[in-house]
Amino acid sequence: MRGGRHAGPRTPAGPAMAAPALLGLAVFVALPFLAALVLSFTDERLGSPLATRFVGWEQYRRVLADPLFRRALANNLYFAAVVVPVQTVAALGLALLLNRRLAGRGLFRTLFFLPVVFPMALVAVVWVLIYAPGPEGTMNALLGAATAGAWAPRDFLHDPAWAMPALMLLSVWQGVGFQMVVLLAGLQAIPGELYEAAAVDGAGAWGRFWHVTLPGLRNPLIFVAVVTAILAFRLFDQVRIMTRGGPNGATTTVIFEAVAAAFDRQEVARGAAMTVLFFCMVVAITAVQRRLARQGGGIG
Amino acid sequence: MTGAPRLRRPSSSVATWALACALGLLYVAPVAMMVVGSLKPDVRVLVEAGSWRAFWAEGASLANYADVFARVDLGRFLVNSLFITISVVVLGLVVNSLAGYALARLEWRGRRWIFAAVTALLVLPFEAIAVPLFYGTSLLGLRDTYTVQIVPFVANAFAIYLFYSFFLGLPRELEEAARIDGAGTLRTFVEVVAPNARPCFATVAILTFLTQWGSYLWPLLVTAGPRVRPLPVAIAAFYTLPPRQWGDILAFGVVMAAPVVLLFLLFQRAFVRGVATTGVKG
Repeated sequence: MRGGRHAGPRTPAGPAMAAPALLGLAVFVALPFLAALVLSFTDERLGSPLATRFVGWEQYRRVLADPLFRRALANNLYFAAVVVPVQTVAALGLALLLNRRLAGRGLFRTLFFLPVVFPMALVAVVWVLIYAPGPEGTMNALLGAATAGAWAPRDFLHDPAWAMPALMLLSVWQGVGFQMVVLLAGLQAIPGELYEAAAVDGAGAWGRFWHVTLPGLRNPLIFVAVVTAILAFRLFDQVRIMTRGGPNGATTTVIFEAVAAAFDRQEVARGAAMTVLFFCMVVAITAVQRRLARQGGGIG
Repeated sequence: MTGAPRLRRPSSSVATWALACALGLLYVAPVAMMVVGSLKPDVRVLVEAGSWRAFWAEGASLANYADVFARVDLGRFLVNSLFITISVVVLGLVVNSLAGYALARLEWRGRRWIFAAVTALLVLPFEAIAVPLFYGTSLLGLRDTYTVQIVPFVANAFAIYLFYSFFLGLPRELEEAARIDGAGTLRTFVEVVAPNARPCFATVAILTFLTQWGSYLWPLLVTAGPRVRPLPVAIAAFYTLPPRQWGDILAFGVVMAAPVVLLFLLFQRAFVRGVATTGVKG
């Protein structure tokens, strides 16, 4: 018997203690995932009197040929392409700011972190007021003041060009505190000697940032970017509450389409196919992270 | 004195401080607008949203709060959210800490590959399983119940992983002393191990609370009416309810934010540490 090299004595208590959680994961996570795969190869509809048929790749073919789903995919990519760099850079800026000896640092950290604890449904509803059309809307008034009246008020959430950026802005506002806290912990883990050594070598503020801070933050930065990218593909609450995917598909997302299919139209097989595609994208992002993180160490 | 010690944390100039203040004000503005707006007469909220008056409630009153409670069963939504969230947190702490401990510290057949399977589930976002879970719930006629909003979320791979990592780092002497005193495995866990794992319990509790309190997608799919509906779905429905009275909507928002903001202010350090450690480990 292998005996307790890593762990304590062999005991029947082990499986018994782990059983409730393992059973839960099997029934409510693993099984539904397998069910999603199976469902996606059928034509099942909720409440349909017709017998369920196996249809092979048909759902996937239809989903990928659906212009609205393609639009959703493009929107998710657009969201990720803007929000990942913007939010990461903003979080890095805030973390660097709060890493200084600053009067009231704790208070500032609280302020920037506070929106993270707000439910997205609440944030979405409050920001509908901020994006209110007409000159009295907060955002319109702000832009009007900033451009000395040159800004023509618009209805952000019903404007095909502006609806997506509007969702991006509130998402960054809500989420950046999380990234900031992770990067702040990363900054504080960089040994001070590295900065001293760089200073001895004559590195200026920019040189220290480039040669000490950034390499030191490599893994937290990768982590933060990947989490944000995955969140970009999970985008749903804001869309459902603020724009319902509109105007004209401008803000629809993969998960929004999956819910519209499975829940609004009872087409569970089609919705399952969409979530399987979504899962593949998340796995791809995670694989990129693993590869990047593994390459670490050599650089810096 | 050379500048070396200062390099680690450069002292701030007035300019950085002013920048921090400006950003802080900009950041807190939506929150302030919500609180102030909830105290104003409905008609003035939208009209004043674009001026400094958005942050000034003249003749503040709690009329909106009374109005929301009269228009919808806000008390019920609040109780629903509290009941569901607390149930998931408490049951989750028990079940996941036991599993994390069994995987990290006890020797039993198959625990290695079971742990590998648990970590494999970490990449699975809830959205990837929402459709079949909704399908199964509908087939079994379990929609519109508390059960379906609680039970599927108790066991959590990420929570198990956090407990596992924490227990792995605990010194073994504690358990050995308890074992010599004749305590069984479960008693050792409850009386010796768990009390030493408070920070980890706090982290998991906070992360679970945040996720459940804000959960929108799942209750949207499985609640048909107000009976078991939690706050996020309720506020989304309330704000589409004509006539759109912004004072009422913001009052609803304040009630919804209050518990989680209160928790955050009380346990700020644990919140930030919880989030930061998950980040560093991820």
